Amino acid sequence: MRKVRDFSLMDLEFILEFSPMYLEAAMLTIRIALIGIVASFITGLFCSIVKYLKIPVLVQFINLYIELSRNTPLLIQLFFLYFGLPKIGILLSSESCAIIGLTFLGGSYMAEALRTGIDQVTKIQTESAFSLGMKKSQVIRYIILPQAFTTSIPALCANMIFLIKETSVFSVVALADLMYVAKDLIGIYYKTDEALLMLVLSYLLLLLPISVICSMVERRMRYAGFGNTGTV
Amino acid sequence: MENHLILETQELSKSYENQKNVLNGINFSIQTGEVVVIVGPSGCGKSTFLRCLNMLEPIDAGVIRLDGKEIHQDFKKAHLIREKVGMVFQSYELFPHRTVLDNIILAPIKVQKRKKEDVTKEAVALLTRVGLFEKKSAYPRQLSGGQKQRVAIVRALIMHPEILLLDEITAALDPEMVREVLQVVLQLAKEGMTMIIVTHEMGFAKAVADRVLFLDQGQVVEEAAPFEFFTYPKSERAKQFLNTFHYEAIEI
Amino acid sequence: MQDLGIQVLFRGTNFLRLWQGLWVSLQIAAISMLFSVILGIFLGMIMTGKNRIVRLLCRIYLETVRIMPQLVLLFLVYFGTAKHFGLDLSSEVSAVIVFTFWGTAEMGDLVRSAFLSIPSHQYESGYALGLQKWQVFFHIMIPQTVRRLLPSSVNLLSRMIKTTSLVVLIGVVEVVKVGKQIIDAARYDVPTSALWVYGTIFFMYFLICFPFSIASSYLEKRLKD
Repeated sequence: MRKVRDFSLMDLEFILEFSPMYLEAAMLTIRIALIGIVASFITGLFCSIVKYLKIPVLVQFINLYIELSRNTPLLIQLFFLYFGLPKIGILLSSESCAIIGLTFLGGSYMAEALRTGIDQVTKIQTESAFSLGMKKSQVIRYIILPQAFTTSIPALCANMIFLIKETSVFSVVALADLMYVAKDLIGIYYKTDEALLMLVLSYLLLLLPISVICSMVERRMRYAGFGNTGTV
Repeated sequence: MENHLILETQELSKSYENQKNVLNGINFSIQTGEVVVIVGPSGCGKSTFLRCLNMLEPIDAGVIRLDGKEIHQDFKKAHLIREKVGMVFQSYELFPHRTVLDNIILAPIKVQKRKKEDVTKEAVALLTRVGLFEKKSAYPRQLSGGQKQRVAIVRALIMHPEILLLDEITAALDPEMVREVLQVVLQLAKEGMTMIIVTHEMGFAKAVADRVLFLDQGQVVEEAAPFEFFTYPKSERAKQFLNTFHYEAIEI
Repeated sequence: MQDLGIQVLFRGTNFLRLWQGLWVSLQIAAISMLFSVILGIFLGMIMTGKNRIVRLLCRIYLETVRIMPQLVLLFLVYFGTAKHFGLDLSSEVSAVIVFTFWGTAEMGDLVRSAFLSIPSHQYESGYALGLQKWQVFFHIMIPQTVRRLLPSSVNLLSRMIKTTSLVVLIGVVEVVKVGKQIIDAARYDVPTSALWVYGTIFFMYFLICFPFSIASSYLEKRLKD
């Protein structure tokens, strides 16, 4: 007999007992997602600059990378990293696999988002910067990237949410993330409802605020711009 | 200071892939303090000519000399030339993510490594001169076309260019804004700024030019003092061209 | 000893079995996509409607799909339904349900924005020509919407295929599962087989998805002109 039975179909004690596990798993997810997203952004920035500059050979490599990354599932990428590579002596920890996998995937998405932004900076806009005596590196840094970044914000936000969602497959590289904990609890205690409820709640708490912030930023971007606080 | 030759071109030629001889052997020179206006029908190559002088387009043949030194088509060093040759575009091309003041002081600080306070002081002075002091913290999209173009002129001026190229700077403006921009240019001419101006405003051309160049099909067809050119054009093509402008009042 | 791990692929029918495994996921993707397109068109039309409550419900649905990882949804349906509704759904059926649930939301959003992107003078000019409402709908709205939808739908299909790789985690015997069996069978005599098998699966997915990626960007380019 449980005391809480009257109030709920759920076993509250169970939930309370195991919520620290979820918290820990969520922290792990957040940490890896954060590192992965930052690394993805840097990768994407690098790729988009190389593509803008059309650096020979390098740009072909980057195009190949982008196609490989965008046209294969993260799950398979992870299997290859975690189970395949050790066979030729490349041993990676679960966490490294997760971060490398997420960056391999996210880099191409970030690159595409930034490239769209860069494409929207007109040729004559950059020419006007050149005509002021700026070097290519200065034009990229002070003129192209700030504008490209601003127009890319909605896409970058969407990528961020996408990448956090993708972290849910990390349990396949034996990382004790939220899915891993949930699956464990279902397997060991048969507390399916409780385990799933906490799983859903964890992802809600993790992603809803980010999603809301992204929507707000997006709306601001759509209706306003520089020096346009919505009144014009 | 004695006026001297500052910029010249010899047999300058340029073709695009789909258009041959946009510029076809142009011989041109300009002295310090001189204002040369280039007119001609659209597609005659006048904008391309300015773009070549600013190294925004590579040339196919001929020579460009600045201060007696040949400009080589080495685009890694183009920024050194462009520092001396300022340019203002038809579409203003202010940087939308920077305020008016930040638009103006960016290049002097980053390119010429000048002190921020000095540059800011000069920028404010220049803005005041063109009547835009109170707009210094505004963003470009809060400005009218005429205001944007005046900012663009200030942005080019603050680099202290030896020569200024103006590429149809009033072509995108509403008629009532044309005057406020041209006023600024007239003032610059009076102060001895060396300028090459491409324009469709014949009245303005007449008022500001020391010399008028008539370009057609990539060639200099006629070169004369403004009064002479506008009153007694020699070539048939120039006569025809000027006729299309006859109904326009000359009022500047 | 020359040990070429790649030989494991050509042992027996291994290579064929891998493709058969991928075919299982592809079927799930195709069926889910079909349902998603049909339901998504309805959803898209509903969302352009005026009813506020309906629109709010749609928003909640879209937002749920936007933030819930597909794998979580898979777990919910696969582990959850069995217990509560007494339904013992097979993994395949669970997968189709989840991917349809997800795809419908994505498709609905695409349909909605495609509808909204048609300028109003388009159908106004239709009315001005004396066309009936249904004629405007069929001759003006539908063709233009389809044109706008095509690139992003192809893109969605490719995402659908990539996402169906998740079904191995709820026990569907598909390409990864087959791969594991092959690796297991060869674990003594071909120790490097995991590298080759997973590498092969990686490229199999690439071979399937890459054409869609090209098709999508080709359609998008053509649409612009």
